[in-house]
Amino acid sequence: MKEDLRELYQQVILDHNKSPRNFKKIEEHNHFAEGYNPLCGDKIDVYVLIEDGIIKDISFQGSGCAISKASASLMSSLVKGKPVVEAEKLFEKFHDLITGKLDEENSLEELGKLAVFAGVKDFPARVKCASLAWHTMQSAIKSESSSVSTEEKI
Amino acid sequence: MTNRTETSGMPEAGIFNIEKIRNDFPILSKTIHGKPLVYLDNAATTQKPQIVIDSLVEYYTSMNANVHRGVHHLSEVSTKAFEDSRIKIKNFLNANSDKEIIFTRGTTESINLVASSYGRANFKAGDEIVVTAMEHHSNLVPWQLIAKEKNMTIKVIPVDDNGELILNELENIFSEKTKFAAINFVSNSLGTINDVKKIIETAHQYNVPVLLDAAQAINHLPVDVQKLDCEFLAFSGHKLYGPTGIGVLYGKEKLLDAMPPFMGGGDMIARVTYNESTYNELPYKFEAGTSNIADAIGLGVAIDYVEQMGIEKIAMYENSLLEYATAQLQKLDGLKIIGTAKNKCAVISFIFDTIHPHDVGTFLDFEGIAIRTGHHCTQPLMHRFGIPATSRASFAMYNTKDEIDILINGVKKVIEVFK
Repeated sequence: MKEDLRELYQQVILDHNKSPRNFKKIEEHNHFAEGYNPLCGDKIDVYVLIEDGIIKDISFQGSGCAISKASASLMSSLVKGKPVVEAEKLFEKFHDLITGKLDEENSLEELGKLAVFAGVKDFPARVKCASLAWHTMQSAIKSESSSVSTEEKI
Repeated sequence: MTNRTETSGMPEAGIFNIEKIRNDFPILSKTIHGKPLVYLDNAATTQKPQIVIDSLVEYYTSMNANVHRGVHHLSEVSTKAFEDSRIKIKNFLNANSDKEIIFTRGTTESINLVASSYGRANFKAGDEIVVTAMEHHSNLVPWQLIAKEKNMTIKVIPVDDNGELILNELENIFSEKTKFAAINFVSNSLGTINDVKKIIETAHQYNVPVLLDAAQAINHLPVDVQKLDCEFLAFSGHKLYGPTGIGVLYGKEKLLDAMPPFMGGGDMIARVTYNESTYNELPYKFEAGTSNIADAIGLGVAIDYVEQMGIEKIAMYENSLLEYATAQLQKLDGLKIIGTAKNKCAVISFIFDTIHPHDVGTFLDFEGIAIRTGHHCTQPLMHRFGIPATSRASFAMYNTKDEIDILINGVKKVIEVFK
């Protein structure tokens, strides 16, 4: 595999694509949103259970490419158990990372496992793939709408 | 690629000189990510031969002036070149008259012109429009707009699992209520060549005019509007080796004549007062404002190029590519071809159970291979097949079996990574 490609498709991403975590519908949820990428037709449903400002449980279902599936999988495992505010902060950092706005030297550590998505910034067409699950999660916790489209948000 | 030498001497290449053709297209010698470009996204747009590119430079270098207006030399020269191109298109489509050839921005604008102008003048509440299950959004959304405005219904000719229209349904779909039919000649997602002759015959039994979306047919098949007997036909120049931003609407003169203008402005009028205007004759009635003169001329040059090769020969050669690619792709583990109609153009859509088309697309890009991945602007069709997207390879006259071998090897690598 070429260097840039290896950077994009890191082993962690391939693993999460193959066996995504929290890939199911949790019956006990109080927040839900549907995310949609009109560019590729991908769709994701995110279910969230929030109690006392904490994300007690989160899961997702849908179809998507390796980048979007792995992103949803890692997102769900990282925000589970975290306060909503922290999850939102993490999204901000992640968004900066994939759009190339992050000062990687100083901030990469805070992102932990999410650092595997650093390669996405070199593939502008794939940024939406990586961000869809996060936008949908954000939309779910705000319950601002039941459908979110990456056309408006990248 | 064990058979590289064999394939370069392939019998199909004897139809025409493939090496010479490839040399006519400068972009084909580019490298992408360090690999020779293998351009297999021709259903999205075709590449341009040098003579088309040169014609644009030539126009702006030595002919540029507005058409139909000036009495000066340059205006006469550019008007002649512009109108000569219209005549070439008329002959290419075997239309009755050059009055029936209207320049537009592309297929989409051509269809919107008919939906808006013909539709507003002729449709009423309760009327029905017939489309097929495999329309590109551009031959669906314009009809939805007018249907919503007029409170009409859209009826859909269904498609079977092979990607063929179920024409037995025609008698249940057409009725006295049907007022228009808008049908794609060739499916951009599946490659199916639809039996448009039969649909047109059925429509005419109900006095229903038919618009053919020929965007995907025009560079693969001979298109004769008189033989087809369609009322309207739309195509884009950029899918026929011509420039972007120029397209054509063919319409039967009698219908075009009775239709109100689509857009108002200069060139489309005869006499203007502050309160009203009379309109110019065909085709100018539908060409408001300064036309895309340079690209219209470039399209004429592209047609010259295609005619020099011969559209039948091109079709025959592309078919050999399609057969070869289909046979090779079918051998690959877990790959499923979407669209297996008997009559197909050189377009292959494929999917994997476990590999998403966008991942396929990104990996192939690094092999220098350009294919299209996504829903191909046919979301309802993807829904019909229960898939979000496909990978699509589409061929043109300059593609070779060697390039298909490179595609196959590229896809094999993707399968390996996602195993």
